[in-house]
Amino acid sequence: MVLEPRVIYLDHAATTLTRSEVVEAMLPYFHDRFGNPSSIYRIARESRKVVESARESVARALGAEPGEIYFTSGGTESDNWAIKGVAIANRKKGDHIITSSIEHHAVLYPARYLEKQGFSVTFLPVDSTGLVDPGTLEDAITEKTTLISIMTANNEIGTIEPVREIGKIARDHGITFHTDAVQAVGHIPVSVKDDTIDLLSLSAHKFNGPKGVGVLYIRKGTRIDPLLHGGAQERNRRAGTENLAGIIGLSTALEIAMQSLFREMERQKKLRDRLIAGLLSSVPHSRLNGHPEKRLPGNVNISFEYVEGESILLSLDAHGICASTGSACTSGSLEPSHVLLAIGLPHEVAHGSLRLTLGEENTDEEIDTVLGIVPGIIERLRAMSPLYPGKEKECHV
Amino acid sequence: MYSEKVMDHFANPRNVGEIENPDGVGEVGNPVCGDIMRMYLKIEDNRIVDAKFKTFGCGAAIASSSMATELVKGKTLEEAWEISNQAVAEALEGLPPIKMHCSVLAEEAIHKAINDYRVRQGLSPWGEKTPHYHEGGEECELPEEPQGTAGDGALQR
Repeated sequence: MVLEPRVIYLDHAATTLTRSEVVEAMLPYFHDRFGNPSSIYRIARESRKVVESARESVARALGAEPGEIYFTSGGTESDNWAIKGVAIANRKKGDHIITSSIEHHAVLYPARYLEKQGFSVTFLPVDSTGLVDPGTLEDAITEKTTLISIMTANNEIGTIEPVREIGKIARDHGITFHTDAVQAVGHIPVSVKDDTIDLLSLSAHKFNGPKGVGVLYIRKGTRIDPLLHGGAQERNRRAGTENLAGIIGLSTALEIAMQSLFREMERQKKLRDRLIAGLLSSVPHSRLNGHPEKRLPGNVNISFEYVEGESILLSLDAHGICASTGSACTSGSLEPSHVLLAIGLPHEVAHGSLRLTLGEENTDEEIDTVLGIVPGIIERLRAMSPLYPGKEKECHV
Repeated sequence: MYSEKVMDHFANPRNVGEIENPDGVGEVGNPVCGDIMRMYLKIEDNRIVDAKFKTFGCGAAIASSSMATELVKGKTLEEAWEISNQAVAEALEGLPPIKMHCSVLAEEAIHKAINDYRVRQGLSPWGEKTPHYHEGGEECELPEEPQGTAGDGALQR
């Protein structure tokens, strides 16, 4: 793990560094073992072999069969493929899709695109902690419903959805169930068999693998059209020469993440809870976004009233702390995060959100440093804010 | 993405705070949209002798407020009225296109504060540009790309 010593990286939900063991494992496949897995000579057959062994490794991690693992270019492609591929393949059967209002844009926007193509889409609401209600979901099912897509865990507020219950409901009604597990795989246990998942998206760079490679798990027998048409790769379902080094990187990173999964979960939970408790107690007018317990081990998302998120990020950056916000000012629009609005935050509170996401290189000392710096930043920005009622009024609010 | 000047005015904003018994106050923006700018002016003999601000907003909004207060200080009301959003942005060594609306807010805050003073003096307000923020804040569309030259902020009496 090599980061500049003065940088405290707390944006692991955005991306993670590629582990050096992973880079080592990938390197031979750029220069010495570069053969195209689809060709017939020896170096090509070696490439085929390592792709298939990577497929077996990923299948083991998910509780799947190797034949159900399809390598893609990442989370966005996997989500697009699942949503569009299932909707189109089952169009004669029905044209209704159910998803949630807090999905990643890689699910929401394909769903909106399908709406324009004549499909109807139900965007389920969530409660104030970000949970989808399985009862509400079941009520939304019609005889035209062909796909349910609910994320395993939310990328912004870390809420872990009741995927097992939803998977069972979908199965009972004979509806295909997709879950965007990009934030979950490698961080919490995920099993496609136990959770009756038909399709699952994952992305390597969220668990210390390389960017630009992911997986769509497709349960055997699932009706789905290809997204990319062309060559016969991935058993005729996903055209394009395999990202050989990327696939090796993905499977290596996932193997390492699975080996230390429970230990790292416990370690990050402690850091997370200390960060949450410390920030809420030292900064008045602050609130935790997301579920207090059903939450990714590495996710902290807090709104600080009367301040704006981008100002917080710039101030943190001056201290070498990398973080993220749901404020509009970093998204290029004036609308704050759709997730924070969906859990019922007023716009002005959503603008003041700070997301800190932990990874395995974060230490206790770093948490102490952050806890020492954030209250001063918020105080300084509030002193500038015309909305802030002032310290003396705090006890009456 | 920000110039050094913007980062300087964000990290060390000039003239933060309120003026007791101000001669003019102008508030623009909307918390729903993520920025509010409030400008306080002290005016003597038609000249701005002091200016302060309070801003809720992003780095560009805070830097624009800081720069706007610097620019108006010492100017006559006529001179201050002519400070355009482009002038604020240029003084900050440029703003990213998506952040130009912060400089528009600064120009509007100056106009609002000057007109507040004029109304308090029993004078008729000068004609302001149409604000880009709607009253209730429901529509917070970004302003058009900046058009025309720095002279566009000319007096519209």
